[in-house]
Amino acid sequence: MLKYTIKRVLLAVVTVFIISAITFFAMNAIPGGPFAKEKAPDPAVQAALEARFNLDKPVHQQFIIYLKNLLHGDFGISLKTGREISQIIGEKFAVSAKVGGIAAACAVVLGLILGSVAALCRNRWPDRLIIFLTTLFVSVPSFILATILLLVFALTLKWVGVFDANNPNYVLPVISLMLYPMSYITRLTKSSMLDVLGQDYIRTARAKGVRDSLVIFKHALRNALIPVITYVGPMVAYILTGSMVVETVFTIGGLGTEFVRSINNQDYPLIMATTIFLAVLMVIATLLSDLVYKLVDPKITFD
Amino acid sequence: MTYNADKLPKKNLLSLQIDVKKFEKATDEEKAQHETMRESTTFFRDGMRKLRKNPLAMISLVVLIALVLTIIIVPMFYPYSYEQMITVNGKRDKTAKNLAPFTYSKNEQKAIEEGQKIFPHIFGTDELCRDYFIRVVYGARVSLSVGLFASLIVLVIGLLYGSISGYFGGKVDMVMMRIVDIIYSLPDTLMVVLLSVVMNQVLGNALKGSIVSKIGPNMISLFVVFGVLYWVGMARLVRGQILSIKNNEYVLAARAMGAKPGRIIRKHILPNCMSVIIISVALQIPSAIFTESFLSFIGLGVQAPMPSLGSLANAARGGMQSYPYKMVFPAIIICLIVLSFNLLGDGLRDAFDPKLRR
Amino acid sequence: MNEPLLQVKNLCTSFNVDSGEVRAVNGISFNLDKGKVLGIVGESGSGKSVTAYSIMRILVEPGRITGGQILFNGEDIVQYSKKQMREFRGKRVSIIFQDPMTSLNPVYTIGNQLREAILLHTDRNHEQANARALEMLQLVGVNEPEKRLKQYPHELSGGMRQRVMIAMALACEPDILIADEPTTALDVTIQAQILELMQSLQKKMGMAIIMITHDLGVIADMCDEIIVMYAGRICERGTADEIFYNPRHEYTKGLLRSIPRLDAGHTRLIPIAGSPVDLTNMPKGCAFASRCDNCMKICLSELPEELDINDFHKASCWMNVKQVYDEAAAEKEADSK
Repeated sequence: MLKYTIKRVLLAVVTVFIISAITFFAMNAIPGGPFAKEKAPDPAVQAALEARFNLDKPVHQQFIIYLKNLLHGDFGISLKTGREISQIIGEKFAVSAKVGGIAAACAVVLGLILGSVAALCRNRWPDRLIIFLTTLFVSVPSFILATILLLVFALTLKWVGVFDANNPNYVLPVISLMLYPMSYITRLTKSSMLDVLGQDYIRTARAKGVRDSLVIFKHALRNALIPVITYVGPMVAYILTGSMVVETVFTIGGLGTEFVRSINNQDYPLIMATTIFLAVLMVIATLLSDLVYKLVDPKITFD
Repeated sequence: MTYNADKLPKKNLLSLQIDVKKFEKATDEEKAQHETMRESTTFFRDGMRKLRKNPLAMISLVVLIALVLTIIIVPMFYPYSYEQMITVNGKRDKTAKNLAPFTYSKNEQKAIEEGQKIFPHIFGTDELCRDYFIRVVYGARVSLSVGLFASLIVLVIGLLYGSISGYFGGKVDMVMMRIVDIIYSLPDTLMVVLLSVVMNQVLGNALKGSIVSKIGPNMISLFVVFGVLYWVGMARLVRGQILSIKNNEYVLAARAMGAKPGRIIRKHILPNCMSVIIISVALQIPSAIFTESFLSFIGLGVQAPMPSLGSLANAARGGMQSYPYKMVFPAIIICLIVLSFNLLGDGLRDAFDPKLRR
Repeated sequence: MNEPLLQVKNLCTSFNVDSGEVRAVNGISFNLDKGKVLGIVGESGSGKSVTAYSIMRILVEPGRITGGQILFNGEDIVQYSKKQMREFRGKRVSIIFQDPMTSLNPVYTIGNQLREAILLHTDRNHEQANARALEMLQLVGVNEPEKRLKQYPHELSGGMRQRVMIAMALACEPDILIADEPTTALDVTIQAQILELMQSLQKKMGMAIIMITHDLGVIADMCDEIIVMYAGRICERGTADEIFYNPRHEYTKGLLRSIPRLDAGHTRLIPIAGSPVDLTNMPKGCAFASRCDNCMKICLSELPEELDINDFHKASCWMNVKQVYDEAAAEKEADSK
């Protein structure tokens, strides 16, 4: 287990390093990019940029300096607003984390329930309905889903208010963010549950005289949950990228909106910093879910 | 020992009056006839039978074929172009802005009254007075080709890399798989966005005037990213398949009986890999279409005036309340394509994935 | 005359699959007396495991009992409600399975799984159940039982796990233990140990055992009676001695020829040619006919009835009828002379 942990942590560190390198050098390759002198909006920003990135030095040294700054929590400043990027990220991420957190929790809970129901009612109507709906949900791009939800429930039916910062109503954003991961977890749970229900130890439990409901909740569910853990990493990644879309559609001032705006503004330091920040989050999420998976899966021998 | 079944005393047997001829030994032909053999089917035929029995998968297949035929045939005779304003009597018709489906602009109505025949705008027109139906058709063309082409890239690279890694094994395999591990852990969507941002700037000028400039540097970067990042899943899959099949008893048995490597690959490894690979390609296409529509959404999609379904839907978000149909048509087509591929992929998996056989 | 503990009467079990109805068990009847050991022998797909699952009623979809009765102490358990069935399983009849590696739940400790069985069927509290679990582990010869209780299945060897399975099955002192190929997945040396253990436990606890196997040799000296199954039907039954030294069904003879024997010198093993019949489409007549060396015309058209060979032996083979006819004909000839 220790060996595996070390291996995985090392891989994560290497990944973060590679992501930083790709981001940095890719941004550097842009003609008229963040480091070109004529691009900066005013001399103050220009001066700050030069100081920050030591533009007189060779590129690889600039990169090392940039990395050092990152480690100290210094992400540079935004070209557009001149604000400290670490401040922007801190402020905006709080909003995104709230919406994303609720969506993730809902997706997991609902996905597990629906998946178990589908497995237990295999080939009967609840199963067919659940599988049809989840297939439908994974077939709609999130911005279309978000727009349609907004159009139907907020603007036409007026069941829920349009999102505004003072009186936030998270229902529609959470639904639009959650449907895809929920559907995925549903299908994962169903197939995992079916797999488990066919196992010999389920037969053993039934032969012992354990009641059906207990066979499912005690003997099957715990085993069926194990593969779902591996999806947590990808789900965090999905929700973080999905938040770009959903936040923009619902005009929530989170990190996702900020990222899309920075791309449209060609605010390179901000793009760079946000990319690295999000990537690190995703890598950590994947790392954690992999480690937890190894920990709870008793079939793996710890050597 | 006690038996409950009624005893049949030996003596009674003689009263059964069995024709003694029946005790003659049966010939081999009689024996062969006796056993009604199970209908022998090949793996492929059995899978096809299962697929045909799956109504959702068959409907999806029909929908996809119909869509492909439409986007190939319609532009051949359709009177409007996707990039030009509608013209009436050779003049640009500025009144044809944002028409609802099956309506005509003032100029067109005049022309109709004068006895001209004017092809209806099935989906209406957009804010630049272009026929919306043909734009949606072209959008579907672009989205589908992006999906197919990207999946093809993934397939080729993944297949080659995975088979080399799986075939050679040992150190080569270890090094190749560590590389895959690292690429696999890169967040793909973020990388797509990043590379698109960069390529947009780098390639933007270089491409001007060439054919590829029509779809724009963003799509090139999409393909590049697919080529660089997305193949790892396929490579892992292929390697895993080859490794597991290579060590299977039936392959060992075939080898022990002296089968040549070519025969082993043809008869044992390929048929067992193919189903998994085809299924994964079918499920890769929707993912590529999704990525394209996502890029369109954040403003990194195909180059205007070339439409894609994603960029059409995204452009329609602005006037959504006034012109909902402009959102609805491309949205429905995207969902239809993705849903069909997903259902078809699921159907193929149910029919061909041997692991799911019970 | 005592009523037998378990009476299976004309049991039929089918699986409905895509290609039709698979008649896994096709009208079998047998009795099991208290404290006796019954062996059921047959090749894969002959319906022996399905018979066991039918008695426990733990068939999974799409399998179901389509006919017949299973009388336990005179009560038909096929008619039992779900609740009655739960009380029956594990308490009256227990089962151990072929593969001990997969038959224990990987996410719970051995102790947890043993206690579950005990708590379900007795009114012991947690500590008493634990004590009983410990006692059972000692009984089945698991070393360091206290430690084992806290371990997970993957930490134990295959033989150990099968002992745990036996402990679990016997914890509530069932009247019948069904052993579904209990040694097939184990090493040969462990096989003998497990069989020995089962024999000694049977003597100690006095339960009846239904021993299911495809290996006649395994159960030779253990069973009071042996049933030979083929294609969902019983083709021969009798005491172990009768089956071994006086087989009267061509299939049994084939089975015996395919067992390696120490006393037979250098004779070659003779496998049974051909493959089992298609259960979705059972042929007329004897199911074994097409693989039988002595197949007669009648075998292809008519199903042989079960005939008494002697008081301890029955078989369903036309060869036995032919023999009677031949004998009668010989007698007649002798008379006429």
